[in-house]
Amino acid sequence: MAVGQKLDLPPGLETEPAELLRRGHRDQGRREIPSERDARRALRRQVAKLERELGDTLISSFPHDIVDVRVAAHGGPRLLTLGELERLRDALSVRLRGARRQVAERAEFETDNRVLLERMLLDPERYRFCRIAQRDIGERGCGVYEVRPRLGLIGMLAGWWQVKLSSGCPLAGGPRGARPRSRPPAR
Amino acid sequence: MSSRGSDTERDEDPQPGWVALEVSEEFPELSLLTTEVGARPARRSPRALKERLHQLSNRFHGAQAINLRQHPIPAAYRIFYRHIGLDPDLQRTPIEQAVLERMLRGGFRSRNLVDDALLIGLVETGVPVWALDADTLEGPLGIRLTQAGELLGRSADALPMAEGRLVVADAAAPLAELFGAIASGHGVNPETRRLALFAVQVAGVPAIHVEEALWTCRSALHDR
Repeated sequence: MAVGQKLDLPPGLETEPAELLRRGHRDQGRREIPSERDARRALRRQVAKLERELGDTLISSFPHDIVDVRVAAHGGPRLLTLGELERLRDALSVRLRGARRQVAERAEFETDNRVLLERMLLDPERYRFCRIAQRDIGERGCGVYEVRPRLGLIGMLAGWWQVKLSSGCPLAGGPRGARPRSRPPAR
Repeated sequence: MSSRGSDTERDEDPQPGWVALEVSEEFPELSLLTTEVGARPARRSPRALKERLHQLSNRFHGAQAINLRQHPIPAAYRIFYRHIGLDPDLQRTPIEQAVLERMLRGGFRSRNLVDDALLIGLVETGVPVWALDADTLEGPLGIRLTQAGELLGRSADALPMAEGRLVVADAAAPLAELFGAIASGHGVNPETRRLALFAVQVAGVPAIHVEEALWTCRSALHDR
C-alpha cells in the first residue's frame, strides 16, 4: 500500500489515529515490521551479555585451565539477520555452559586434591610416594608435594615418612658450586 | 623551515562522519569521527616517540593482557564485533592484537611515524584509529553497506566486494572494510602530505575517548 493512499478502515477502528495506521501500512510496504527490529535489538543485548560472561569465565579459569570460549563466525562485517543473531546467541550460550562446567569441574578437582594433601600431611605413611602438583590444588608454581621417606632407605624401613615440596622448576641452574661467579670472591 | 608550523595550522578539529540510515537504524550508537592532519610520513619515528612506545610497553604485562577483555572499551569493541558477524577471537580487535604483539615481541615495536602514532592513540585510549591519504578522498567519510559489484577502492587493482558488507566509504567508493584493511591506493605513502584519520565509535565507548584517540595521534604525528 503506498503512502498517501486512501485507507479502507476496518469496522470499529474509525477512532484509531490515522497516523498510526498509515505508519503501519507504510512499514508493511517496506517489508519491515517494527517488532523484528526490536527482536534484533533484544538478541544483540543477549549476545552482549553472553560475550561478557564468556570473558569473565575465561579469566576465572586462568591460568590453570584455559577454557575454550571461541564461537566461530563466518563472513565479513555485515548486518546480521534475525536468524543469524539467534544462532549466534544459541552458540554463545552453549559455549558459556560448557565453559562454566569446565571451570566447575576444575574447581572440584582442585578441592579434592587439597583434601588429599591435608590427609597426606596428617598421615604421610598412608600415602607413600603420593604426588600432587601445586597447580593441581590451584597454587602458582611448578612444585610438587610428594610423600618421601626420611633418610632414604632407613626411613623407609623404619616407617618415617614426610611430605616434601620440591621446587620442580625445570629452569633451575643446577648446584650452586657449578654456577659461574658474577663477582670476585670476598677476601 | 616552517613546514611543521604550517602543518599544525592546517589541522582540522575532529568532525563526525555520516552513517547510512539502514546502518544507524540497527546501530544507533555507531558513529565515525574524522580529522585531517598535515604531516609528512617519515620512515623512522623520532626518539621521543620511540621512548613513548617504550613507556607504554611497561604498562602492559601478562595480567593486564589477560584482563583486557574485561575493560569497558575493549569489551565494547568485542561485543560490536559479535554484532556484525566477526569472531573477536579469530580477527582480534585492534587493542587486543596490539597487546598480543607486545607480549610476543616483548614491547611495542616502532615501525614508522604514522604507524607509531596510530599505535600510541590505540594503546592510550583503547580506540583504534586508521589513516588514509586525504588527497585520494572524494567527499566526507562515513559508514554504509556495499552495493552489488562494488570494488574496494579506486585503484587499478581494486578487489571486488561482497554485497552488504559494512565499509568506511567516501562519497564515491568503499575505502576500507569496517575494522579491516585500507584499500590499495588510499593508504599512507611517502608522498602523502595530508592524512585523514578516522575512528569508529560503538556502543559503550564514550565520545571523549574517541576524540582523545584522534588528538593523541595528531600530537604524536607532530612530535619531533
